[in-house]
Amino acid sequence: MATKTKPTAKTQTMQAAKAGAELLLDALEEQGVEVIFGYPGGAVLPIYDALHQRDTIRHVLVRHEQGAVHAAEGYARSTGKVGVVLVTSGPGATNAVTGLADALLDSIPLVCITGQVARPLIGTDAFQECDTIGITRACTKHNYLVGSADELSAVAHEAFHVARNGRPGPVLIDIPKDVQFESAVYVTRENARQRNCIVTPPINNASIEHAVEMMRHARRPIFYTGGGVINAGAGASETLRELARATGIPVTSTLMGLGAYPAADPQWLGMLGMHGSFEANNAMHDCDLMIAVGARFDDRVTGRLDSFSPNSRKVHIDIDPSSINKIVKVDLPIIGDAGEILKALLAEWKSRPAVKDPAMARISEWWAQINEWRKRDSFAFENCDKFIKPQHAIQRLYELTRGHDVYVTTEVGQHQMWAAQHFPLEDPNRWMTSGGLGTMGYGLPAAVGVQIAHPDALVIDIAGDASVQMTMQEMATATQFNLPIKIFILNNEYLGMVRQWQELLHDRRYSHSYSESLPDFVKLAEAFGGVGLVAEKPDELDDKIMEMINVDKPVIFDCRVTAEENVFPMIPSGAAHNQMLFGEVTGKEVSEEGRTLV
Amino acid sequence: MTNAASPSVYPVTKDEAPEQERILAVIVDNEPGVLSRVVGMISSRGYNIESLTVAEIDVEKHQSRITIVTRGTPMKIEQIKAQLGRLVPVRRVIDVSMEQDALTRELALVKISSTGEHRVEAMRLADIFRARALDTTHQSFVFEVTGARDKINAFIDLLKPLGLIEVSRTGVLSIRRGGESDLTL
Repeated sequence: MATKTKPTAKTQTMQAAKAGAELLLDALEEQGVEVIFGYPGGAVLPIYDALHQRDTIRHVLVRHEQGAVHAAEGYARSTGKVGVVLVTSGPGATNAVTGLADALLDSIPLVCITGQVARPLIGTDAFQECDTIGITRACTKHNYLVGSADELSAVAHEAFHVARNGRPGPVLIDIPKDVQFESAVYVTRENARQRNCIVTPPINNASIEHAVEMMRHARRPIFYTGGGVINAGAGASETLRELARATGIPVTSTLMGLGAYPAADPQWLGMLGMHGSFEANNAMHDCDLMIAVGARFDDRVTGRLDSFSPNSRKVHIDIDPSSINKIVKVDLPIIGDAGEILKALLAEWKSRPAVKDPAMARISEWWAQINEWRKRDSFAFENCDKFIKPQHAIQRLYELTRGHDVYVTTEVGQHQMWAAQHFPLEDPNRWMTSGGLGTMGYGLPAAVGVQIAHPDALVIDIAGDASVQMTMQEMATATQFNLPIKIFILNNEYLGMVRQWQELLHDRRYSHSYSESLPDFVKLAEAFGGVGLVAEKPDELDDKIMEMINVDKPVIFDCRVTAEENVFPMIPSGAAHNQMLFGEVTGKEVSEEGRTLV
Repeated sequence: MTNAASPSVYPVTKDEAPEQERILAVIVDNEPGVLSRVVGMISSRGYNIESLTVAEIDVEKHQSRITIVTRGTPMKIEQIKAQLGRLVPVRRVIDVSMEQDALTRELALVKISSTGEHRVEAMRLADIFRARALDTTHQSFVFEVTGARDKINAFIDLLKPLGLIEVSRTGVLSIRRGGESDLTL
């Protein structure tokens, strides 16, 4: 065996055997990893020791493993790179589970490295042992238990391949502590074993032609885009814009897809789904051609399935074959990368001679109808000059941060929906939210990850008073790494979305949805070494927001908003897209008919 | 418009196509945990397994063949195939039931305990089904029978009134007829 080397530079020969921990870091370096979000512990000490001796990879020490995973998600989603997490065995791994499940549902590429007890101890109920592979099997895209240092580099390379390719997702590598010490020879990415896995098939040209033919004849077409467009890279969003402009087709998007299409564009209909816009949902219901791009017909989007867009032909573009016909049967599936397929559609569209009646004339009636729906102004709310309305707070936040390099993360609940409705986004990768799993506590650590990736940007976590307390400890991370994240809490003292549902579905029996005791967020911010601000009246809101923007420290902004505001419009449970509730705009209660729909 | 149903936000829409039995053969890399990955995916998504057979088929390539008999509507079966195809160690998913030239076989061990005329009738049936008696006492027989799943189901049904007390089945195996191989296709 060769002697163990402790490399400080990358100049060592590839033949020299070295410890598993070093092999892992070599593989991470070769994969272009710049940052690791992690938390040390017994079973990863050799990796931390190796990390200590090289300065090529930055390590961000979080305060809880869930925070590490969400931070890596924020990093990945705002950069398009793979986020990397390093945690210990047992509780380290189980604490990471929520984040992994979140990344799986939202298709975020992550590689999570967990320590494991030494091989002879596996299965003996050793200290800090848990069946990490068994526990995380259902919440990762794939996971590996590394059996020896010999296979470590190949496993690491494959993990990045699996995380990145196809529909992205979290991959976990569980490395027993003795494997981290064991010596082996590094295998480069190029020379590593490559399995024929996660292969995206070539684009089917016949399908492209067929789709364009359908687009040329549709009278009421719509693009329904999702997170897949953002995952496909900035080019995909650009192509989507070009294609929409060329065809004149209106665009709506899921919560996860916001930013792929600019909100200022006249062809933008706003978000669709349970709290989406009136025009987007009605257009989805009445269209005759739906082109779904990188979206998965989530139940919050479709509403009642048997009356979901009943008269349309549906084209479904998705990189994941298992998304096709999973929930809604489609007429034309096209498997592949959203960006590549949009590009092919655009080329095919342009190559055809112009349709006899220009595209705009053919769909002009459709646009007239859409503009009719737009007049409903479904996100409107009654403002108030005594108390801060949460929607107003978000609108002011948007107006006052325009011109800054803004990234928005959110927690989960009412504030998340208001942010989606009232904080228009013009570019992809600017919006980090927990869509699929709906993880309260996602936004704060995600903001940490975003700020690490974009040190000079203005990173705002639009938060709720309940959600933010779930991962509040990451404020310490923000302080330690000088990350001036802005935590903008819409504080209504309630678990707002729970309260809203209890009001609408459970006859206002507010069972355990009121926080009878909340921390003093200003003091809390100060305790963590940040700055606390509070706004209680509409007339002080702007000044306080400006103060927040100008502080170069982590800020917790306690924005006291009206407590019993509901998110409208809303597609109640069991209802179709064209059966939205509006509630407060008319000043009336939900109608009897509306109530029975809920 | 019916709004009765559930107060859940998850809309309940039934896939009303008729269910059918389908045989899927899954070629996988034989690595630790691969079987639990396949089985875990199927159970976590609420699919059925009626039988499952697994063994290594290529020692050098470390490949195993898992044969699954499942039930579901055509849409659900397509989902199962797509979900299986997504698993990293899965190399191929073969929809055996959709192949015209698939051979399927299952082996069953069947024990009956009876005397008199029932014994004679059981022996006669065994003869018809080309079952072999592996073990016999004055009160019992153990038969070995191979054949398609339907044939074995029929044999077991016929033996029920004749003192059938125990059945052990291997689950279905399958292979393509003719010179072509699913592994190289």
